[in-house]
Amino acid sequence: MPAECMIRQISVFSENKPGKLASIAKALQEGGVNILAFSIAEADGFGVVRAIVNKPEIAYRELTRLGYNVAFTEVIAVGMEDRPGGLYEIADLLGGASLNIEYAYAYSGKEGAVLILRVDNPADAIARIQAGGRRCLPSSVFQ
Amino acid sequence: MEEMPRAEIERHQYRLLKALVYKLYSFSPFYHERMKARGVHPDDIRSLADVRKLPFMVKSDLRDNYPDKLFIADQDDVARYHVSSGTTGKPTVVGYTQNDLSNWTLSLARALTSCGLGRGDVIQVSYGYGLFTGGLGLHYGAERIGASVLPTSVGNTERQIELMQDLRATAIACTPSYLLHMGEVAEKMGISIKDDTELRAGILGAEPWTEQMRQRIESWLGIKAYNIYGTSELSGPMFCECTEQKGIHIWGDLALVEVLDPETGETVAPGETGELTITMLQKEAMPMIRYRVGDLSSVDYDPCPCGRTHPRLQRITGRVDDMLIIRGINVFPSQIEHALMAIPEVGEHFQIVVDRKGALDDMLIRIEVRKEAFSDKITDLMLIRRKVEGRLRNALNVAAEVELVEAGSLPRFEGKSKKVVDRRVL
Repeated sequence: MPAECMIRQISVFSENKPGKLASIAKALQEGGVNILAFSIAEADGFGVVRAIVNKPEIAYRELTRLGYNVAFTEVIAVGMEDRPGGLYEIADLLGGASLNIEYAYAYSGKEGAVLILRVDNPADAIARIQAGGRRCLPSSVFQ
Repeated sequence: MEEMPRAEIERHQYRLLKALVYKLYSFSPFYHERMKARGVHPDDIRSLADVRKLPFMVKSDLRDNYPDKLFIADQDDVARYHVSSGTTGKPTVVGYTQNDLSNWTLSLARALTSCGLGRGDVIQVSYGYGLFTGGLGLHYGAERIGASVLPTSVGNTERQIELMQDLRATAIACTPSYLLHMGEVAEKMGISIKDDTELRAGILGAEPWTEQMRQRIESWLGIKAYNIYGTSELSGPMFCECTEQKGIHIWGDLALVEVLDPETGETVAPGETGELTITMLQKEAMPMIRYRVGDLSSVDYDPCPCGRTHPRLQRITGRVDDMLIIRGINVFPSQIEHALMAIPEVGEHFQIVVDRKGALDDMLIRIEVRKEAFSDKITDLMLIRRKVEGRLRNALNVAAEVELVEAGSLPRFEGKSKKVVDRRVL
């Protein structure tokens, strides 16, 4: 089922200034929110902090209260083999189906190596990945 | 009076002007000298158009004659003083006789009535009370039309919003930037001004703003936003739009407005933009003749669809002295606002930072991206930035760099906003 594999990522607009990440992280700590995976995308003068957290609603509320622009984005999390070629297999499945990856980041944790992906058409991507014998983690793993 | 035919207004103005000039020639040493230096005598004023023979007054005349050397009333007859903040120089003092106060109030009473307010309305006055003319001016004008006045002055915004709700304010008078700030604070408190208050009109002024800003305020806050105009030299806020929102009615029995070429001082063609120059026809304590306000706008002399016949002042497009010269090109902050507010992704607050890099002027426009437009994708954000840069370049004919900043991070102002930071050392 694709729906249960859609994970709510929070994205936060942040100026590229000292102390900004600390301020975001502090707000999450105060809300009792645990960060499971995260990345920063940077541009000229600003950036977008993206994170998978255990309590996205609370994270949204806490950060919005501080005046941050926060958005939810649907991403998918794919289990990778933790060995050379693990990333290639996933990327090749999607590339072979002409599915473009908007951005990606990865971590290696209790569930093994996990690749977080934002794609234009997540339902298709999930179907491809599952057809290729790889697992999309359900959102219940995180949230 | 408000629907008097144009020719009659002008006859009335001529009579008032003539009497005023004789009075000043006799009682104002300052203006007597000015007239002599220009070689004009009160007898030379034989028609309304002869106002052009009279010498100008400018802001520095008030500063140079600080505190009250321009007054022609005895101190006994001065009923009130107001003092300008002096943010751009030495403070200036203005004074009023009882008649001056009552004319000021009359002018605002007509103005507020023309935008549909009256008995039964609750008008929240969120202009500063005290030395600034905004608070007390609107206060007495609102009382005169039988409205209930809520004199909140500026500051303590959360309490202002509570009172707006609890006392069911139907109109608010403040600067457009303060109203935007209130809207944001209200949202943080979980209150929508549009849905959770009775507010239906804003009397907004004391700083330049644009038609685009009006549309945003009206749709966001669910009110009609009316443009009000005045300066302390004229008495304070004096003139306002009517419900037609087609220009500010300048009551001809109180003020004679001219539009001049700022360089030559000559009258521009009707409908053309130029520097507003105003003669206050009935002021007693401190008469102002041909006062060059410094605001750039145009005047429409056709009767308003509402039936009022007095000249209508159009949007202020800039000030003679707030023009920025960027790499030799004249840029007005209002042009920037105009361009920015036409872009839905851009928030209401912005800041213009001018600096000099080497020999070149460098203009940076800092904007807040609206919540609805925030995208998780960097490419989308870069696209917004490029779009804004492109629009600005088209509007200004000079390149400006755009910086996206966090929502709520640019300074908010309770009184007049200061949108320009000029770091150039000349």
